[in-house]
Formats: sequence, C-alpha cells, structure tokens
Amino acid sequence: MKHEVHVGKHVGRPMERVEDAQLLAGQALFCGDMPERDGTLQAAILRSPHAHAEILSIDTSEALLQPGVEAILTGKEIKEDSDPFLIVLRQPMDQWSLATDRVRFVGEAVAVVVAKDRYLAEDALDYIKVVYKPLPIALHPLEAAKDGAPLVHPAVGSNVVSTRHFSYGEPDKAFAEADRVVELTIDYPRNSQTPLEGYVVLADYRREEQVYDVQSNFQGPFTVHPVMSKALRVKGPQLRMRSPAFSGGGFGVKQAMFPYVVLMCIASRRVGRPVKWVEDRLEHLTAAIAAPNRIIRGQAAVMNDGKVIGFRFEQLDDYGAYLRPPMPGPLYRQHGIMTGGYDVKHMTITNRLVMTNKTPSGMVRGFGGPQIYYAIERLMQTVAVELGMDHLDLIRKNLIPAGSFPYRAAAGALIDSGDYQMALEIATRDGKLDELKGRREKARAEGRLYGIGYAVVVEPAQSNMGYLSTINTVEERHKAGPKGGNVAYCTVNVDALGGVSLTADSLPQGQGHATVLSQIVADELGIEPHDIVCNMERDTQRDPWSIATGNYSSRFSSATAPAARLAARKIRAKMAKIAAHFLKVSPDKIDFSEGKIFAIEDPQKTLRFSRVAGTAHWSPGELPPDMEPGMCEIGVWSAPELEPPNDADQINTSLTYGFVFDYCGVEIDRDTGEVNIDRYVTMHDSGKLLNPLLADGQVYGGFAWGVGAALREEFVYGEDGSFLSGTFADYLCPTACEVPEPLILHMESPSPFTPLGAKGIAEGNVMSTPVCIANAVADATGIRDLRLPLTPAKVAALIQGQEPARPKGNQATPPMELSDRGIRGQGTAFVAAAPELVWQTLVDPDQLARVIPGCHKMELVGPGSYRAEMSLGVGIVRGRFEARVSLTDLNPPKSAVISGSLEGPLGSSSGSGNVRLVAVEGGTRISYDYGFDISGKVAAVGGRMLDGAARVLMSQFFQRLGSLTEGPGKISAAPPSWWQRLLKLLGIAR
Amino acid sequence: MSQLNNDGRSSVSFILNGNPVTGYAEPRMLLTDFLREEMGLTEIHVGCEHGVCGACTIRMDGLPARACLTFAIQAEGHRIDTVQSLAQPSGVLSDLQLAFRKHHALQCGYCTPGILMSSSAFLEINHDPSEEEVRDMLSGHLCRCTGYVGMVRAILEVARNRISA
Repeated sequence: MKHEVHVGKHVGRPMERVEDAQLLAGQALFCGDMPERDGTLQAAILRSPHAHAEILSIDTSEALLQPGVEAILTGKEIKEDSDPFLIVLRQPMDQWSLATDRVRFVGEAVAVVVAKDRYLAEDALDYIKVVYKPLPIALHPLEAAKDGAPLVHPAVGSNVVSTRHFSYGEPDKAFAEADRVVELTIDYPRNSQTPLEGYVVLADYRREEQVYDVQSNFQGPFTVHPVMSKALRVKGPQLRMRSPAFSGGGFGVKQAMFPYVVLMCIASRRVGRPVKWVEDRLEHLTAAIAAPNRIIRGQAAVMNDGKVIGFRFEQLDDYGAYLRPPMPGPLYRQHGIMTGGYDVKHMTITNRLVMTNKTPSGMVRGFGGPQIYYAIERLMQTVAVELGMDHLDLIRKNLIPAGSFPYRAAAGALIDSGDYQMALEIATRDGKLDELKGRREKARAEGRLYGIGYAVVVEPAQSNMGYLSTINTVEERHKAGPKGGNVAYCTVNVDALGGVSLTADSLPQGQGHATVLSQIVADELGIEPHDIVCNMERDTQRDPWSIATGNYSSRFSSATAPAARLAARKIRAKMAKIAAHFLKVSPDKIDFSEGKIFAIEDPQKTLRFSRVAGTAHWSPGELPPDMEPGMCEIGVWSAPELEPPNDADQINTSLTYGFVFDYCGVEIDRDTGEVNIDRYVTMHDSGKLLNPLLADGQVYGGFAWGVGAALREEFVYGEDGSFLSGTFADYLCPTACEVPEPLILHMESPSPFTPLGAKGIAEGNVMSTPVCIANAVADATGIRDLRLPLTPAKVAALIQGQEPARPKGNQATPPMELSDRGIRGQGTAFVAAAPELVWQTLVDPDQLARVIPGCHKMELVGPGSYRAEMSLGVGIVRGRFEARVSLTDLNPPKSAVISGSLEGPLGSSSGSGNVRLVAVEGGTRISYDYGFDISGKVAAVGGRMLDGAARVLMSQFFQRLGSLTEGPGKISAAPPSWWQRLLKLLGIAR
Repeated sequence: MSQLNNDGRSSVSFILNGNPVTGYAEPRMLLTDFLREEMGLTEIHVGCEHGVCGACTIRMDGLPARACLTFAIQAEGHRIDTVQSLAQPSGVLSDLQLAFRKHHALQCGYCTPGILMSSSAFLEINHDPSEEEVRDMLSGHLCRCTGYVGMVRAILEVARNRISA
C-alpha cells in the first residue's frame, strides 16, 4: 500500500474519552450488571483440591437436598450433552468443561451447583462427596519432559506433546565461524495481569429456537466460537454470543473463559432457566489462566567486535494441564520476530511444548513476548559482559540498520518501518542517559548497589491468523490449506436526521476504542467526535464478525481503526455523490466541515449534513441513478501482508512492528534486597499515534504490569502441585507506591501497511520492562542467573548468600517426610485425669468426636481406624471435611501414633503425629508432635495462617480433652504448681 | 437491634446517598451483595471479596470502608455513600471526576468508583497533599490498567484548584 500519513482535525490529537462520563458516575453497565430474566439461577463450581487424581466417585445426593438447589452437573452430564473441545494439535488429550474421569490441576472444575442464589449454591458445594485417588504429578517442566515422568495425558505417551525444529539462514556456519558462543538459560515464571473484574457468564437456552443466548465478558478472538458451538453440537448461529460495551479489564485473560460459557449453556439447558456464574477472585487466581512459564536456552554466535551473527533458541513452554485453543499461541505468536531488533540472519529455534499438572496456560498481554525478550535481552546483556563491552554499544552494533525497512527478519517478520538508531539517539538525549550514568557512578563510589539496564523490543501488533499453523509441518499445512489474514469490521450508520452511530468488532476492555473510532469518523464526515454514538456491544447474531473479531494482539489501531475509516469513507463518498448531484458539481469537488457539505470551489453552495443523509432515507427516488438507498456502510479490512507461512517456515506473524527502547537505573537495598527503580525511560515508535493520551495510557499500564512481573507477581505452586497464590495478599500486584512514573518518549515512523499509519502500543512495555529491570539488577550485582520476580527475599539471598539453616534444637524428628510448606509443631499439655482415663477417651469414637474441634460425627470403621466429619476453617476459608484417622503403634496407656487424612471441597491434608502420656502428680502430661501437608483452597489462601491455626486447634483439642476427662477448667500447659496444690489441700481450690 | 424475620432475614435501614432506605438481609449477607442485589447499585464493583483490591470501597459515615468486608446488617443506622453521591443531582460531575476524565485516570473503569470514594474522603482531610501522600492513599487500591499516573495527577490538581478557589 502507498504510504500516507493521516493527520486530521481529531485523529492524532489528545482528547478526553467519550467513555468516561458513564464510568465516573458509576453508571456504566458491566457484564455482571446486565439485566437478568426473572427466574435466573446462580451457579457455583466445585473444584479439585488435587493436582492430579482419578475421580473414583461423585455423590451429589445430599447436596441436591440442600435449600434452593435446582440441579447439580458433573462430568457425566457434560459428556452426555457436549463433545470435547477441539484443540490445535492432533493428540489424544480430550477436555470438557468439567473433569470427567480425572482431575489434572488444583482448581479444575469438577461439578457445578445451580441454585436460587449464590450463597445457597456455595453452601451446597460442601455436601458433594467426591472420592479421589491421588496420582503422581508432573510439576516442573524439565522434570515433566523427561522419560518416565508421570503423564498428564497418558494416551499421548509423553508430556511433550509437540516438538518442532526451525532453521533460518546458515546457523551451523555462523556458529562455526563465531569468535565465541555465549549461552544463557532463562526460566520465566507464571503470572497474569489479572483483570479486576472476573469472568461473568449468563447463559439462557431458548428451547424453542434451539439457541444458546449467552451474555459474557468474553473478549475474543472468535476463533473459539466454532470451538464452543462444536462442543455444544450446534451450528454457529445457534450460539449467540453477546458482550456488553464495558469490561473490567481483559489483558487477553478473558479469552480463556470459553469452557465456562459451554458449561453454563449446558446447565441452562438442563434446568430450563437462565443460569449465571460470576467468577470470584480465588477461582480466578487458581484456575482461570496463566501466561506460560517457559525455559529458554539461548546461544549467541558472537564476533570479538560485538557483532552477533547467529542465535539458537531452545524453548520449553509449559501449558499446564490442558491445551485450550488457541494454545500454544504464545510459543508461535512471536515466531517471525525471534531475532528481536537485531540484524541477525542465522538462527535455529526448537520449540517443545510440555504439559504439567498446573492451571492451563493462555492468553495474557504480551502473548509470549515477555518470555522471548527476557531471553534475547538477557542474552545480549550477557554477551556485553563477556566481551567487556558497554551494553548499549553492543545494542547499537547489532540493531537493524536505518533505511532497510520494510525489513524481512530471518524467521519471516516483515518489519514495516522504523529508525532504531534515531530512537536510541532521542531516548539517550531526552531521557538524559549521561545524567543517569553519573548517578550510578556516584552511588557506586558511595558503596551502594546501583545498576543501569537496557532493553530493545520490536513490538508486534495485529496477529496473522495463520501464525499458529507454523506449528504444523509444511506437508500438514499443504493438506489443511493456507491460513492467514485478520478480518476487521466496523459499521457506520447515518440516520434520517443526520445522527451518526457506529459499531465495531474490537470488544474494548478499557482502552478507549470508542474515543478513537469517533475521532476517525468525525474527521471523515466533518462532524465532532461527541456527535457520534459508538455502541461497542457485540452480538454474533446481529453484527458482522469473523474469527479475528475481538480484543487481542494490539489489533485495534491496525485492524478495527482502518475498518472504521473504510466505512466512514464509503459514507463520505456516498454523501458527496448525493450532494454533488444536488449542487451540480463533480463529487471530487465536495468537502465536509462543521456539519455541512459544500462545493469546494463555491462554498456558498452548501447543504446541511442532515439534509443529505435524510434524502437517502426519505426520498430514495431523488438519489443519483444507480445508488443504493439508505445510509449504512460496513468497512471490512484485512491486510494483504498477512500471508500464510511459506515452505521455508517463514511467517510474518504480525502486520505492524513498533519499536521500544527502554533504560532504567535501579538501586538495590543491601539489607533488604529491595529493588528500587530510580528512573525509567521508555521510548516508543508506534507509527502514527491516533490519540497520544490513550497511547500513553497503554504505556503506563503496560509498564505497571511490567514492574509487577519484574519484582512481585508469580503464581506459586507447592511441591505437591497445590496452588499457593490464591489471594491478592499472596499474588502481589503493584500499588501506586511501587510503580514510579516512567518518562515516555515518542517518535512516529508511520506504518506503510495500515491506512492510518498506526501500529500497536499496548504490549511493548510488558515485554521490555521486566527484562530492562533485570538487566539493571544484573548490572548492579554482576549476577547472571536472575529469575523473576526479583522479590526482596530472592535478591537478598543472591547478594548476601543463603540464610544459614535454622539451628538444631531438641525438636523430635518429624514424623513424616514433608514438603517445605508442611506444618510441623509440638507441645505439651497437662490434663487432670489419670493416663488410663485419657487413653480411654482417645480410643472411644464417641468421646473422641467430642474432643476434636469441629467434629460432627465419628465412627469406627476398623480396628483403630475412624471416619469423621468435621468443619474446619483457616482465615476466610471454612468448610466441611471428611477425616480418616487411624491409631497405630498402640502402647496403652502410654503412647500411640495418630495418622490420617482430611478431604473436602476446600482441600486435602495428610499427616501424622505422636502422642505420649506420662502420669504425673494430679494427672497426665501429654506430649505431642505433628506434621502435615495441606493442599487445595486452604493452601491457596490460608498459607500464611496455617501455623497459627494448627496451634489453636491443638490447644482446643486438649482443652476439650481436659473438660471431658475431668470436668471443665482443668487443663493447663503445665502441672499444677505447688501453690495450687496447697490451695487444693486447704479446700480453697478444687 | 433489628429482629430476625421468620425467613431468616432482618430489616436494615440506613441513609444511602442521602436518602433513607430499608431492605432485608440475612445476617451473613455482605454489604456488596446487598447494595448490588437489593438496592440495585451497579456501581458497587466486586474485585476480590477479601479487602485487598478496594474496588468496592464506599463511605460509611464519611470514612472509606470496604463493602466486601462489611455485613449488610452492619450498615444499620449509618450513612452510606457511593460514587453516586459525588456528582450533582443534575448529573454534573464533581471536580474530582472531571479531573479523572481530563487526566485519563481510568481505563476499564472497574476500580474507579472505589478509588473516587477513597480520594474524595482523603481530600476532605488532607487539603494540600504531597504526591507521596496521594500515592500512599491510593495504595489501598489496585488498578491493573493505568499505572496510577493519571490518578495522582488528577488528585493533586484538584487539591491545588480547591486551595486557589
């Protein structure tokens, strides 16, 4: 396409957002606020406490009797009513919207209760009895990828479900000729930008129409619409997906809700009423989604002058328990641009995809970019260190030269425009790099730990819908047919009085799309942005949509925005033709301004915008010959540059490629290990900016999450696969105190491939900021292996060495092998009753039931073996458990070993303890020690409180034991003192 | 002390955005659910239900409070204000809301009503805050979209304008 820079009266200017009045007044309707039909039921989901287990049985009979419960669905009903979801790979790894025969991660949906309200639905969850048989787990990607690892999907025969090798240029030659090879392996953690609004689904099965009418905050892409409709066994139009105009943040995350859409559709069909489900925060953090954690072994072939001539990347990407479409997108989304901002012609890539017993991976802002740029930019910093070169000089030496755009990168990206050298010059000058270097020098002279980091990112936008087919071999691709493009829609309507409205396919998640669309259309039609009503709702039964519809890959500026201009231009052309007809001039001599349409050469010849629009509605007979009546136009846009992968496995993964250059100074507190960002500069070339204020908003937001990913955020799993980051007190999002204000700089190299010259800008900083901060920490400390997040504890350990082990006390040997998180404790108590009496209480089920806190029922199920039902709580989590307890090594009335397990909807636990009874004066001294592991919801949210809770339970236990054996008030941690014995003798005390 | 009805709910009466209201709530019902479900206030946004994110923040007798950590029956006899209390009855937005709009202090807007409640209370107590104090106040809230920059600017600007007014 011919290059054209478009600056209009409104496009390119900072403007307040047309969305904000509603939001600020609290009147914007989010999905959870949408009106519900009378009789709508609410759903709550029972989730797996195990990382991997067979489901032996599910008993819902008692739960069905609970108040308000209308239905309960399990995997059995789901298998009856739906087909497994299609997946990208041809591998036997079926998945439904509920677990069927086994669970594969903590938090996997096992059953859904549909009830009158959410409180009652959650109450009933406690009464569903699921018997699990725990299985060995595959947790760490490297371990899971080994032969003999426990298999997440046994039918596949391996946890590595896809391996592909790619070679570009002459990598072997490059590595043979290199002066040296520099290598670095990185291990990028799991995280997510966690929108503040969780998933919401309101499904209504219309039996007579056989239509599933769904309102949700699903954000697209609609590539999964066919996945959902096929699972539901209906044709596309029978699955009506509606989205409200407002969504409480997306960041890609709201793509992965589609299994819940199907689940609620089936529930609605079963109960014959609408069913609504609102995800809570624990569900979201535990089970919604995570960006894949990835291990990348990177190698650079380097000449002594700093020129990098080749790269090798071996990637192992962890997709968790299921491969939900469009996974493994993050592994291929950046494929064409794996050489980053550098002019490197020779490269190999090996992509391996591993399944583990963790939450499925999915779309998160950056979509594989943070992982890859962490590898490339950490590797480049390491090259600089090894060569003894300044990092920035090394970057300069290797950047793609100015004047070589459009530039075809080794793996196929067609980088549209840029001037990277100029960007560096502006950034170092306007960001005052010299001053920052001075600060570093001064800090170091004072003995402080200070470092400067750099990062270079080529920011892709608007994904090529064919990128994922790169995972298939050339032969497979030929068989399946070519895939490419990215179709965008915008509809502009002008009513009979000249009122302008539009709809578009971008499903905004807060970015201000309506504002930009109104700017674009206002410019074309000579009206004001506030005169245009933008309806950003989407309805697949009513609005045009394609598989590319949605909010992802920063596609708005380069996909939906051009579609809007196309639609507006069609309207403009039509109105110009009508006006020309009336004014008796040629249509190319017509212009639009301030609500008027006039002859350029004779502005006296003018018509009101509304008058021209009205003609198309009121008097189609007056229109110029051959013109269609009405005034509604659809703009459809797909860029021709988005070609399918070629036979050399080259793929132009994106339409536009912006440029980001960041640098920062950080100081590390030697005592606490805290990383403080002293100054952060972020330089962007995103082509033409459509609204600079909105563009800066994307940079600020991406930067804030970049800071979170660098320093705080990680989804943490225990060694048993339990999930440990279930609250916002465990998963630490940065607040206003942790996010400094970065200095944002811009330059504009318009994209020749998009009509407005714009590129994406929303994802650059989530790719650049984590590695920029890590490079600064590497510069400050000289440490090479840095794993994010760089929390104070982790950094302190790196700079100070590991803390010495806790001194050995007189603690008894732990009764069982425990993970690091296992709860251990010991103590003594005194009971004013003889050991024999205490013993009798401990072995009598009825008595024991009264002693154990929260126990409702206890029965003897075998010699020394009990089954109990109890209610327990830790912090905010309370629920019912089934306990199995056995007494072994009985040495009445002196000692016993108690071991057992707890199982409930909130989690499971197993452990054991020793109890010793010693007769002392006035009663029995009981000494005990215990150790147990814990998983499930209790572990996810209660981790910080478990030790305290265990101590409280123990003290309650002995208090009750004391009451029962000797009457109330007879328990103390120590035998009665001589003073108490004296009082007793005197009859003053009992 | 209000009495439990035979359906297990008790009546709750309080002043909501200046108007007396009465509703019925089970003792365990959260104020978030009560305001949303019983009072129809969709501006009450639920983000975490454990008091960290601040999206549900309201003002109770003038002080910011987490509606998700408050039972509905605890509102009995109190004054509860939501973001609706900020704009004039005619719908004209307050200086704080307008400053948020001017500085693009919101994107998805889900956290915004809660942040406006904390900020409005803060500015009543602290007329001339430093940036550090504003950030400290905002640290009771999570925003995942904006990086907080626009909010800090907006709040500082409102404080300056009120002083010079």
